[in-house]
Amino acid sequence: MDILVFLIPVSLSLGALGLLAFLWTLRSGQFSDPEGDAARILLDDDDLAPQPPRPSTKRR
Amino acid sequence: MTAACPACGGAAFAPVRPAAARAASEARTLILSLPDIHCAGCIAGAERALSGVPGVVSARVNLTLKRATVRAAPGLAAEALTEALARAGHRALELDAATLAGSGDDETGRALLLAIGVSGFAMMNVMLLSVSVWSGAEAATRDFLHWVSAAIALPVVAFAGRPFFYSAWGALRARRLNMDVPISLSIILASCMSLFETWAGGRHAYFDAAVALTFFLLLGRYLDHRARAAARSAARELTALESPKAIRLASSGRETVAISELRVGDLVHVAPGMRAPVDGVLAEGVTDMDRSHLTGETVPVAAGPGAVVSAGEMNLTGPVTLRATAVGEDTSLRRMAELVAAAERGRGVYQTLADRAARFYSPGVHLLALSAFLFWVWHAGDMRFALNVAVAVLIITCPCALGLAAPAVATAAAGRLFRRGVLLKSGDALERLAEVDVAVFDKTGTLTTGRPRLATEAAPEALAAAAGLAAGSAHPYARALAEAAEAAGLAPVPVSGLLERPGAGMEGEIAGEAARLGSAAFTGAPDDGGAAIWLRLGEAPPVRFGFADEFRPGAAALVAALKARGIGTMLLSGDGAEAVEAARAALAIDHAEARVSPAEKLERLNALAAAGRKALMVGDGLNDSGALAAAHVSAAPGSGLDAARVAADMVLLNADLSALAGAMETARCARRRILENFGLAAAYNLVAVPIALAGFCTPLIAALAMSLSSITVSLNALRLR
Repeated sequence: MDILVFLIPVSLSLGALGLLAFLWTLRSGQFSDPEGDAARILLDDDDLAPQPPRPSTKRR
Repeated sequence: MTAACPACGGAAFAPVRPAAARAASEARTLILSLPDIHCAGCIAGAERALSGVPGVVSARVNLTLKRATVRAAPGLAAEALTEALARAGHRALELDAATLAGSGDDETGRALLLAIGVSGFAMMNVMLLSVSVWSGAEAATRDFLHWVSAAIALPVVAFAGRPFFYSAWGALRARRLNMDVPISLSIILASCMSLFETWAGGRHAYFDAAVALTFFLLLGRYLDHRARAAARSAARELTALESPKAIRLASSGRETVAISELRVGDLVHVAPGMRAPVDGVLAEGVTDMDRSHLTGETVPVAAGPGAVVSAGEMNLTGPVTLRATAVGEDTSLRRMAELVAAAERGRGVYQTLADRAARFYSPGVHLLALSAFLFWVWHAGDMRFALNVAVAVLIITCPCALGLAAPAVATAAAGRLFRRGVLLKSGDALERLAEVDVAVFDKTGTLTTGRPRLATEAAPEALAAAAGLAAGSAHPYARALAEAAEAAGLAPVPVSGLLERPGAGMEGEIAGEAARLGSAAFTGAPDDGGAAIWLRLGEAPPVRFGFADEFRPGAAALVAALKARGIGTMLLSGDGAEAVEAARAALAIDHAEARVSPAEKLERLNALAAAGRKALMVGDGLNDSGALAAAHVSAAPGSGLDAARVAADMVLLNADLSALAGAMETARCARRRILENFGLAAAYNLVAVPIALAGFCTPLIAALAMSLSSITVSLNALRLR
C-alpha cells in the first residue's frame, strides 16, 4: 500500500489541474454568453478570443 | 473574488497610456437591446451593421442577454446605431448604460461558480478516496485515506459553504428558521463528527457527504441566483429603456433638457410624435392629442390654445408649445405612479412553494434528529453512536434535492419562456401564473393594436382621393386610410396645395376642386360622434370613413385558450361603451365594463383578490399600471408604456398575445414538476430515513441517497416541455 503515498498526490494534482483550468475559463468570461458562443462557432469570420468580462475600468 | 482596488488599477496605468489607448478609453460604452436576435446569422449581421457605423471602436453581441455592447467615439449618438441596425433588419432599443452598470459583471454569480468548481473538485477526489474505504480498506490504510479526505474536505467546506453559513446565521439572529439552518447544521456536524471519528480511528467518516452536500446545494443556489439575476436585469433593462428629454424654449433659444429640470411656467415645445413631458396648458398651436395610454380612449382629441394637456399624452399632428402647470412629482403621470406604489404595498409577499415546504421541513428535521439522538442515548447509552445516528439523519434529510427541486425547474421554464418572447421580471411570477383563475384585459393597445383600421366600405375613387389627402399627415386615421388604399391597390390621387389643419383635418385641391378630409365640423357633415372622418370633394355630399380598432394577433387565440382551461375573462376599458361591447363580442369575452377610470380598475382587481380569485391582469397603458401592480400576476406587451412594463411581472416581447397562453401552459407544467420533485425527494427520504434512524446508515448509503435524489430531481426538471 506504500504506492498510495505517490498515487494520491498524483491524482490530487491532476484534479487540481482541472480545477485551475476551470478557474481560467471563469476569469476569461467564458460563461457570460453561452448561447452566443454556441452560435458563433458557425460564423466564418468570427474572432477566436472570447469576450473578456466587462472592463473593470468602468467602475471608476 | 473582489477585484483589486479600482483606483490603484487606474492610477498605475494612467501616466504611461499611449495616445491610441487613450482614444479607446475615452470611447463611451453604449448598450443596445436587440429583442429579436436569435441565431448566428443575426449576431454576424448585427455586429457587421454596428461596426460599419463611423466612430464605432468595437461591437459585441451577447445572444444570451440579447444585448449589444458598443464602444464608440464620445460624439456618436445612439440613433445612428439603431438606424444602422434597422437597415440590417434588427429592431434595437437604446438602454441607459448608467442604469445597467454593475449588472453586467455578476460578482455573486461568479463567486458561486467558483465555489461550485472548488467543491466539485473536492467532491470527486474525496469520493474516489471513499470508494477505497467502502471497498474494504482497513486499519492504518483507512485512517490514512480518512486523513487525506479531511485535509481536502475541511478547507473546501469552510470556503464553499459560506453562502449557507451566512444565510443561516442571519436567520438565527432574527430568530427564524430557514432552509439554510438544517443545511449548515448537517454540513458542520458531519465535518466535525467525521474529524473526531478519524482522530479516534473510527470506521465511518462522512467527509464525502459533507462535500457532496455543499456541491449539490451550491448548484441549486446558483440556478436560483441565475433566475433571480435574469429577472432583476430584465426589470433594470426596462427602467433603462427610456431616458426622457424635453425641448425647452428659453430666451436664448431651444435647449434639450432632462424632464427633471423643467419648472412650472416653462415653455415646452412638443413636436408631432412626442409625448407631453409635463402637465400644462396649450400656449400656442393646434393639434390632436392621443390619450389612449392615459384613458384608453382610441379617438384622438382635438386641442387648441387653452386646452389642458396631461403628461404622457401623445401629440399627433401639429407642433405645439405647452406652458407647464405641474412638473415632476406633481404631474398626473406621477400620481398614477403613486397609485402603483400603493397597490404594490397592498399586495402581500408571495410565499413560493419552496418557502412553504421549508417552513415545516426545517423544524421537522431538527426534531427528528434530536429525538433519534435522545432515543439512542437512552436505549444504548452510547453517546458516540447516538451522535453518529443523529448526523446520519441530518445528512439524509438535508434538503439537497429540495434545494434543487424548484430552481432547476424555474431555470428550465424561464429559458423556454424567454425563447418564446416572454420576459419574466419577477422570480416567482411563474408560480403565480400557474394559479390564475381569472384573466382581466385592457382593450386599447392590449387586445387591440391601438392602431385604427378602416372599417367601412368605400368607393375606390373616394378612397383614392382620401388617400391622396391623407398622405401628408401622421394622424392615425390618415395612416389607416393610406394603408387601406395601398391594400386595395389604389394609387393616391395627386393633391395640390396640401395643407394640414391640426385639430381639424387636411385640405387641398384635387383637379381644381377644393377637397377636405377631416372632422365632421371641418367638412360640414352631421356629427355622429363615432370613430369616423369625412371626405368632401367640391360641393358633393361628404363621404364617411368609419374606423375600428384592429385586434392584436393572437388575441382571439389567447381568449379561446383561456376559456378552454376554464379561466374566466374580463374586459376593463376606459373607452366608450360601444367600442368595448364590440370588442367583447368579437373575442367572446365573458364580461366587459366601459369607461373605467384607472382607480376603478385598481378597485376591481382588489375586489377580485378579496373574493379569493387569482387574477391575471394584462394591460399596456398608464391607466392600467395600478391594476397591473395589484393583480396576482400581470403582463404587459412590449409596445406598452414604460410605466406599464415596469409595473407588470411579465413583458411580452412579441406582438403576438398567444405567447401568454403558452406561458401559462409552461407555468402549470413547471408547477407540476416542482411538486413532483418534492414528492421524489420525499420518497427518497422515506426510504433512507428509517435506515438512518435504525442506526444502519453507512457513508455509502448516505452518498447514494443524496446523489441519486439530486440527479433524479434535476432530470425531472429537464423534462419540462
